[in-house]
Amino acid sequence: MNHHIVPLKIYFAIFAALMAGTALTVWAAFQDFGEFNTLVAVVIAVVKAALVVLFFMHVKYSDKLIWVFASAGFIWLIILFAFTLMDPMTRDWLPVGAPLPM
Amino acid sequence: MKEESAATVNYLNCDYSIRSWLLTVDHKRIGIMYLLAVTVFFLIGGIMATLFRFELSTAAGDLVTAETYNKLFTLHGVVMVFFFLIPSVPAVLGNFVLPLAIGAKDVAFPKLNLLSWYVFMIGGGITLFVALTGGLDTGWTFYTPYSSTYATTDVLSAAIGVFITGFSSILTGLNFLVTIHKMRAPGMTWMRMPLFVWALYATSLIMVLATPVLAITVALLAVERATGIGIFDPALGGDPVLFQHMFWFYSHPAVYIMILPSMGVISELVATFCRRRIFGYSFVAASSIAIAVIGFFVWGHHLFLSTQSVYAGMVFSFLSFLVAVPSAVKTFNWTATMYKSSVSWQSPMLYVMGFMGLFLVGGLTGVVLATLGLDVHMHDTYFVVAHFHYIMVGGVLMGYLGGLHYWWPKITGRMYSEAWAKVSALLVFVGFNLTFMPQFILGYLGMPRRYYAYPPEWQTLNVLSSAGASVLGVGYLIPVIYLLWSLRHGKPAPANPWGGKGLEWTIASPPTPHNFEKPVIVTEGAYAYGEGGHGHG
Amino acid sequence: MAESRNPLAHHFDSLEQQYAAAKLGMWSFLITEVMMFGGLFLGYILYRCRFPEVFAQGSHHLDIKLGAFNTAVLIVSSLTMALAVHAAQEGRKQATLTYLFFTLMLGLTFLGVKVIEYSDKYQHHLIPGARFLWSEGDAGPPQLFYSYYFCMTGLHAIHMVVGAGLLLWLMALTARNRFSPAYYTPIEMVGLYWHFVDIVWIFLFPLLYLIGRH
Ligand SMILES: [Cu+2]
Repeated sequence: MNHHIVPLKIYFAIFAALMAGTALTVWAAFQDFGEFNTLVAVVIAVVKAALVVLFFMHVKYSDKLIWVFASAGFIWLIILFAFTLMDPMTRDWLPVGAPLPM
Repeated sequence: MKEESAATVNYLNCDYSIRSWLLTVDHKRIGIMYLLAVTVFFLIGGIMATLFRFELSTAAGDLVTAETYNKLFTLHGVVMVFFFLIPSVPAVLGNFVLPLAIGAKDVAFPKLNLLSWYVFMIGGGITLFVALTGGLDTGWTFYTPYSSTYATTDVLSAAIGVFITGFSSILTGLNFLVTIHKMRAPGMTWMRMPLFVWALYATSLIMVLATPVLAITVALLAVERATGIGIFDPALGGDPVLFQHMFWFYSHPAVYIMILPSMGVISELVATFCRRRIFGYSFVAASSIAIAVIGFFVWGHHLFLSTQSVYAGMVFSFLSFLVAVPSAVKTFNWTATMYKSSVSWQSPMLYVMGFMGLFLVGGLTGVVLATLGLDVHMHDTYFVVAHFHYIMVGGVLMGYLGGLHYWWPKITGRMYSEAWAKVSALLVFVGFNLTFMPQFILGYLGMPRRYYAYPPEWQTLNVLSSAGASVLGVGYLIPVIYLLWSLRHGKPAPANPWGGKGLEWTIASPPTPHNFEKPVIVTEGAYAYGEGGHGHG
Repeated sequence: MAESRNPLAHHFDSLEQQYAAAKLGMWSFLITEVMMFGGLFLGYILYRCRFPEVFAQGSHHLDIKLGAFNTAVLIVSSLTMALAVHAAQEGRKQATLTYLFFTLMLGLTFLGVKVIEYSDKYQHHLIPGARFLWSEGDAGPPQLFYSYYFCMTGLHAIHMVVGAGLLLWLMALTARNRFSPAYYTPIEMVGLYWHFVDIVWIFLFPLLYLIGRH
C-alpha cells in the first residue's frame, strides 16, 4: 500500500502548536475578555482539535469521503446543540397563555 | 469433494452443526439468526398486547391491576420498538439481501456483524429478565423524574438492556455504511443501486448518528438511578425536559430507522411485480436520504406540551411538515410506476397495497399531530397511539412481511402456499384497520393513552378494537405456520421465482456460501425491464 | 508461522479495499463517539448557562496544574502514537514497539493523575450524592457540575482504559511480526481512536478546569 507518509517535521510542528495552544488557553483563562471568556476558550480548543484531526489523524491527506465523514459528526453535534438549546433560550420569549404579538 | 457437489452445496446445508451457526460470520446465516430472535420478541410483545386488549374490552379495570397494566404496555413498547421494529427489516432482510444486492461476498465486517447479534441477544436477555422479575412501569419512553426517582420497578436493568441493544444497532449501521461504500461490485454505481440499498444506506446514517445519543441518555438515566446524583433531577436544578430532548433526538429518527427500510422493500416489490423501472428512480433514492436528514430536525413535536418554549414548538411544528414532502414523493412515484402497468397480484404485492393504504393514513394523521394547535387537543390520546401504529406497525410490518414473502424462496430455497399468503395479507390488513381505526375516534373523543379503565360510553369502540386485534393476531400467526410448513413440504424454489432484476435473483436459491460463483460485473441500472416491452398498454 | 498469515480477509478483493473499509469503518465509529460525548456536552452547556456562578465555583475546586499536566501528557502521547504509525509505515518494528510503549506509559500516567484527582474530590466530599458537602450556598446546582464532571471525565477515562488495552494488543501483534509496510491497518485505526480521545480532553480541560478564573 502506498499511503501518504507524513514527514516527521510536520508531526513535531503540530505537537509544538498543540503545546502552545494549551499554554495559551491557560493564560487566556486568567484574562478577562468579558462576555468572550468562554468563546476564546472554545475557539482555542476547536483550533487544537482541528490540528489533531487534520494532521495526526491524516484527514488532510485522505480522500473526500473521509472529509465528509469527519465533518458529519461535528455537523450533527451542532444540530443536537442548536435545536435543543433553542428551547431553553426562548422559553420566556412567548410565555404560555400570553396573547401572540401581532 | 467441493467440486463434485458444487451444484447442491449452499449456505444452509454446508454445515449442520449448532456451532457452525453460533460462530457463523456469513451474513445470510446471521440474517436468519436475527429472524428467529425478532420473531420471538414479536411474540412476546404480541402477548402483552393481547393481554391489555383483553383488559380494555371492558370499561372497568377488572382483569389486571393498574400496576400490571402499566407494566404490560411498557414492556409491549420496549420489546416491540427496540427488539422488533428497529432490527426487523435492516437486521433480518438487510443482512440477508444487502451483500447479494450489491454483488458482494459479505458485509464489510462479518465478525462485527456476528458481534452485533450477540450484543442484541444480551440486551434482549436483560430486558426479558426485567420482564420476568417484576417488570417495568415507566412506559417505553423512560421519562424522568418518574423513571429516575419515583418508579419502584427495575429501571436500572432495563436502561442497561436498552443501552446494550443500542450498540447492536450502531454496529449494524456502521457495517452497512461501509459495505455500501466499499463493497459494491464493479459497475454497481450509486445510481444503479436497488432502492432497498439506498433505503438501508439512509437507515444506517440514522443508526450511526442518532443511536449514540440514546445510549448516553439511558446511560445517564442508569447512573442517576443507581447513584442518586443529579443529572435530570429538578430538585437539584436539573431539567427533565433535557431528558426528553435527548431521548427524542434519537427516538423520532428511530421511526425512520423502522420505516425507511420498509419503504426500500416496497420499492423492490413494486418494480418486480409491475415489471418496470421505478418511476423517478433518482427522486425515490434522494427522498430516502432527505427523510433521514430532515428527520433529525423535528423531534420537538413530542414536547409540545412539556415546558418547551412556544417558539421552539412553532419551529419544530413547521419542520415536521417538511417530512411529508419526501414521503409523498415516494408514494406518488410508486403509484406512478403502477399506473397502466400489468401488475401481477402475487402475495408480496398484496402487502405492498396494504403498506400504501396504512402508510397513507399514518402519514396524513402525522401531519395533523405535527400541527401545534391540534396536538394540544390530541396529545397523549389514542389518536396518537393509532397514528404511530399505522406508521410503525401498519407501515413497517407490511413492508417486513412483504419482503419476507418476497425473499423467502431465496432465503430457504422453498416456495410457500400462495393461497394462504393471500389470506394472511388480507387478514392483517382488515384486522389492523379494525384494531386501530376505532382508536382514532376514541382519541379524538379524548380517551387518554395508558389508562386501564375508561367511561362506559367508549366500550363499543374498544371492543371493536380488541376484536380487530384478534383478527390481526390470527393474520400474524398464519404465516408462521405456512412458512414453517414450506421448509419441509414447499416446492423447491427456482433461482428467480418472481422475475426480479436484482443480483440476488441471478444466483441459486438458496445461495452458495460465498454468494457469487463468478465475479460480478454490473452493466445496467436496477430494474432494467426494458422500456416499451411491458405494460404500456 | 505467524509471518506467513495472510492479512487479506476472504471477502475483500485487495488489501487496498480492506484498508479503505477499515478506515471508513473507524471514522463511522468515531462519529458515534462524537455523538455520544455530545449528549454529555449538551447537558453541560445547558446547566452551565443556567448556573454560571455555581459552575465557576465548582471549577475552582479542580486543580489547574494537574489538569494542564494531563493535557500535556495526552498531547505527547498523541505525538508518540503518530510516530508509532509513522514507524510502522516504514516497517521499523523496534521503533514501532518503543513508541507504542511510550504511548501506553503516558496513557497510564494520565489515568494515575486522574485517580489522584478523584480521591481528592472524595476526601473533600465533592462526589454528588448523600455525602456531598457544599458550604457556599444551595447544594443542588453544584452537584450538577460535579455530576457532569464525573460523567464526562469518567467516560473519557473508560476510553483511556480501553485504549491502553488496545495498545497492549498492538504491541503483542507487532512483536509477533504481524505488521509490515504493506499491512499496518490496526495500528493506524487504534491511532485514530487514541487521537480522538485526546481531542475530547482538549475540550474537557478548558470547559471543566478553566471557568471564571480571571
Ligand atoms: Cu416524532
